[in-house]
Amino acid sequence: MKLQFFLMLLLPAVVPAYTQLPFDSVQHLQELEVVAIRFSEAIPAQRLSGERLRALNSFSVADAIRYFSGIQLKDYGGIGGLKTVDIRSMGTNHMGVFYDGIQLGNAQNGQVDLGKFSLDNVEEIALYNGQKSAIFQSAKDFSASGTIYIRTRRPRFKSGETHHFKAVARTGSFDLTNFSALWEQAVAARLSSSVNVEWIRSSGRYPFRYRRWHADGSLAYDTTAIRQNGDVRALRIEAGLFGELEQGRWNAKLYYYNSERGIPGAIVNNVWKRAQRQWDRNFFAQASWQKSVSRCYDLLVNLKYARDFMRYLNPDTTLLYVDNAFHQQEIYASVANKFAITGYWDVALSADWQYNSLQSSMAGFVPPLRNTMLVAMASSLNLSRLKVQGSVLATQVKEKLKAQTGFQDAGASSLPASAPDKREVSPSLFLSWRPLAAGPLHIRTFYKQIFRMPTFNDLYYTDIGNAALKPEYTHQYNLGFQYSRNGDRCWLRNWQLQADAYYNEVCDKIIAVPKGNGMYRWMMMNLGYVEIRGVDAAASGMFQLSEHWTAHLRLSYTFQRAQDFTERQNKELQQLTWGGQIPYIPRHSGSVVAGSAYRQWRFNYSFIYVGERYHNSANIPENYEQPWYTHDCSLSREFGWKQLQARISLEINNLLSQDYEVVLNYPMPKRNYKLALTLEI
Amino acid sequence: MKNLFRAALCTLLLLSCRDEQIVIPGEKTQVDSVRTEVEYTGFYLLNEGNMGSNKATLDFFNFKTGIYQKNIYASINPAVPKELGDVGNDLKIYGSRLYAVINCSNKVEVMEAATARRIGQIDIPNCRYITFHEGYAYITSYAGPVEINPDYSQKGYVAKVDTATLQEVDRCIVGYQPDELEVVGSKLYVANSGGYMGAGSTAGYERTVSVVDLASFREEKRITVDYNLHRIRKDARGDLWVSSRGDYKNHPSRLFVIDSLSQQVTDTIGLAVSNFCIVGDSLYAYSVQWSYVSFSNEISYAIVNTRTREIITRNFITDGTDRQLEIPYGIMVHPRTREVFVADAGDYVSPGQLYCFDPAGKKKWNVRTGDIPAHFALLTSTNF
Repeated sequence: MKLQFFLMLLLPAVVPAYTQLPFDSVQHLQELEVVAIRFSEAIPAQRLSGERLRALNSFSVADAIRYFSGIQLKDYGGIGGLKTVDIRSMGTNHMGVFYDGIQLGNAQNGQVDLGKFSLDNVEEIALYNGQKSAIFQSAKDFSASGTIYIRTRRPRFKSGETHHFKAVARTGSFDLTNFSALWEQAVAARLSSSVNVEWIRSSGRYPFRYRRWHADGSLAYDTTAIRQNGDVRALRIEAGLFGELEQGRWNAKLYYYNSERGIPGAIVNNVWKRAQRQWDRNFFAQASWQKSVSRCYDLLVNLKYARDFMRYLNPDTTLLYVDNAFHQQEIYASVANKFAITGYWDVALSADWQYNSLQSSMAGFVPPLRNTMLVAMASSLNLSRLKVQGSVLATQVKEKLKAQTGFQDAGASSLPASAPDKREVSPSLFLSWRPLAAGPLHIRTFYKQIFRMPTFNDLYYTDIGNAALKPEYTHQYNLGFQYSRNGDRCWLRNWQLQADAYYNEVCDKIIAVPKGNGMYRWMMMNLGYVEIRGVDAAASGMFQLSEHWTAHLRLSYTFQRAQDFTERQNKELQQLTWGGQIPYIPRHSGSVVAGSAYRQWRFNYSFIYVGERYHNSANIPENYEQPWYTHDCSLSREFGWKQLQARISLEINNLLSQDYEVVLNYPMPKRNYKLALTLEI
Repeated sequence: MKNLFRAALCTLLLLSCRDEQIVIPGEKTQVDSVRTEVEYTGFYLLNEGNMGSNKATLDFFNFKTGIYQKNIYASINPAVPKELGDVGNDLKIYGSRLYAVINCSNKVEVMEAATARRIGQIDIPNCRYITFHEGYAYITSYAGPVEINPDYSQKGYVAKVDTATLQEVDRCIVGYQPDELEVVGSKLYVANSGGYMGAGSTAGYERTVSVVDLASFREEKRITVDYNLHRIRKDARGDLWVSSRGDYKNHPSRLFVIDSLSQQVTDTIGLAVSNFCIVGDSLYAYSVQWSYVSFSNEISYAIVNTRTREIITRNFITDGTDRQLEIPYGIMVHPRTREVFVADAGDYVSPGQLYCFDPAGKKKWNVRTGDIPAHFALLTSTNF
């Protein structure tokens, strides 16, 4: 009975994931989902999971995230190119990315390159505005302006099964070679293990074309070249143990990623090739343990240790030679408690501690250490038609600089030693209301105030860093609704519509300000101020066209007016940037995903549209960036012989071979292909 | 439902139409009144454009018509792929030609001085500044031979280019990261900065001017001046005015005088200098220095008499406009009227402003430029 109740609450969120196809593991998933998210969310996430996610022609998490509304992806092109995500125009650093429940950190620059996270073993990606509005979570879950949860596959065995094996081979444009293997083993009745290995290699070479025309329509220039130095080689190994407990569960996992890549760089006049290289080595071990200790008390413990190594090399003899290595360490521990005071009133208390350090071989670099304490108090009220959740997060950050060794520059003594301690308290309030007792309409609203810490680079990067930086705050106001229906008519199995209007402010925005004269010297300052007004809308439907024929459709649309209201000293210069749309944020963007399955065949079509943008707050023709839109298609067929299931899929991306840029001077690939073979036992 | 699907698809396809990208046309603004000029036709202004943006652009102001033309290169030379290039670093006119040093495009763009029409280019990696002497262009470059002994280091060089053929004919290794250069008599003086070497510790900066004999094109000697040299220009008597950037921390920027006969530093002016322009016996200078006390840029202006070597005034802008400028980044003084042109580079990523002040220091006009307006080249009637 209780299970059913939770399932009901969860339903709107999971609806788009419904399918009944042989490759789909979503049904199994839902049962587990009930265990995982027992405490319902006031505002459900946008989700992509299971077959729907697999069909998206997406190679990395970043590619898939483009289909969410409210999201802008900055993509520097190719398989190895940097890909970062901006939620509701607040900036990449305001996005929290969680991998199997624990946040991925980068204290150095605050950016998580989602292009590095392969979709190979990912089962679900969920996007939350504000925060996951479930109170039983670690304090970190409350600490970002928006969050993305990436959940990898967890072993599930039908009775009698003891192991699964899956192998995937992909090849295609950019000389792509990609192999992955997954082995899942039932170790004991309540214990299973999983090992996943993936290897990627790509030359990153693709043709691109620049053309300009005269106003009268005649050609000014037309140049085609091959993108160089975009190669990537990467190895990813993940291993996990998954245990079930009486009224709970636990898991532990190891993650290792090792890559070398070229940084293709900007294409500028007379420079068509770059030489910069980057090496990454990321390792983390994390564990999560969760249990309902009693009917009214739940406990969740998370632990993580991470080590990241990055080396940047610029061997180009025409430029400043740079060979810098960066080592980061993170230790993280979290305890979350939930008390059920009554059947409908819960309170939660969570406390997290995090330690970060950064070391570098860079000249003049003084290694910083950071200790962060986070305490979140939250409460939720689940009345029959009204859900209210409120939380308060207290954050304390202490930093110090390690003693300098082999660095005798007296000049640095005039700089503040380390950033002053910070204590911030940030509240949030989430409300969800069902105006009709029996109706599927939910009205929701939230307010959230949160900040991002200045990164180690912002604070301490040689010559640029400013230890006096304050946190960068965001204020979010959101009002929206969701309407979903199930099985009205036999051919329309379910459909859902949701829309939100919002107003955000980014205060004390950290921006680079020119410092002194010449040589492109900068200083990070809390000077920016941005106001964002937007609307996100999404609709999806599932159609049963005949017994063996299903189709689905998902539409999303985003409107954003993100204006720069940064005060400037020179009012004549301010006139140009005042109220201008901030860089790379289109006013209009959207996507369409349509798919159909007939017996063993599947077809998927996706379309992404990003409207006109400017690469600077001065919205003048010189800074104009064209709209771009790509059509992607995929066709796959499944085969089955006894235990073995196989699938072949062919993908065509950028079908119309549009020449486009997401970022100025970073050309994107024209039409490209991918072929994949999956075997599963 | 299927129709709805089709309708939605079509709508999106229609919405998503985009125009072909056209060459951005130049923009003309009447900023000053028409006047009679005989000798001086106007000036070009090179906007650097932020690194990686490929937004180096050329503007032109016509003294006679009072019209300011923005972004003229692309519309005059529409067939050049990716336009003028990435980070303009110097601009000079020699004879009937205009030379734009485009640092991150590793080239010197050669144009007709009268029209800005492209003639060709000289490929020089990491090129910085240019000067001319008797039919040859001399261009500094950071990208000399690499040495690993045991640390990576790379000296700079001066390329000697025949302006008739645009071919490099000789190369002279100088100090680390050489910037401006100037010819006096038969010698070439090169200000070495060591900008790449001093980032971690001040001692890493260069502190010398290289003296290159033009006949043999070999470095003859070094004159010790101060850390991180930048500008070097001669006055009416052939003495050299050299500015240092300092170490951006405790060691301030300064202005020095090298006597070209004794080849020694004879004077130090207690003035921070980012850039200057010498007209007659007046050296107009400005400085932008970051203060770790006020956490802002401290900006100053001054005029130095190059004969007496005294500071005549600590501000040549008298109407308060100086308090408004964010980053003065370029300066030129009209040799006849003594109007002062100051470029404000603002935040380096959005367009700047060019200001014109009358000799009394009152603002006459201002106009929007490209990104990071910086380098002026005066066009005279002899350049046609």
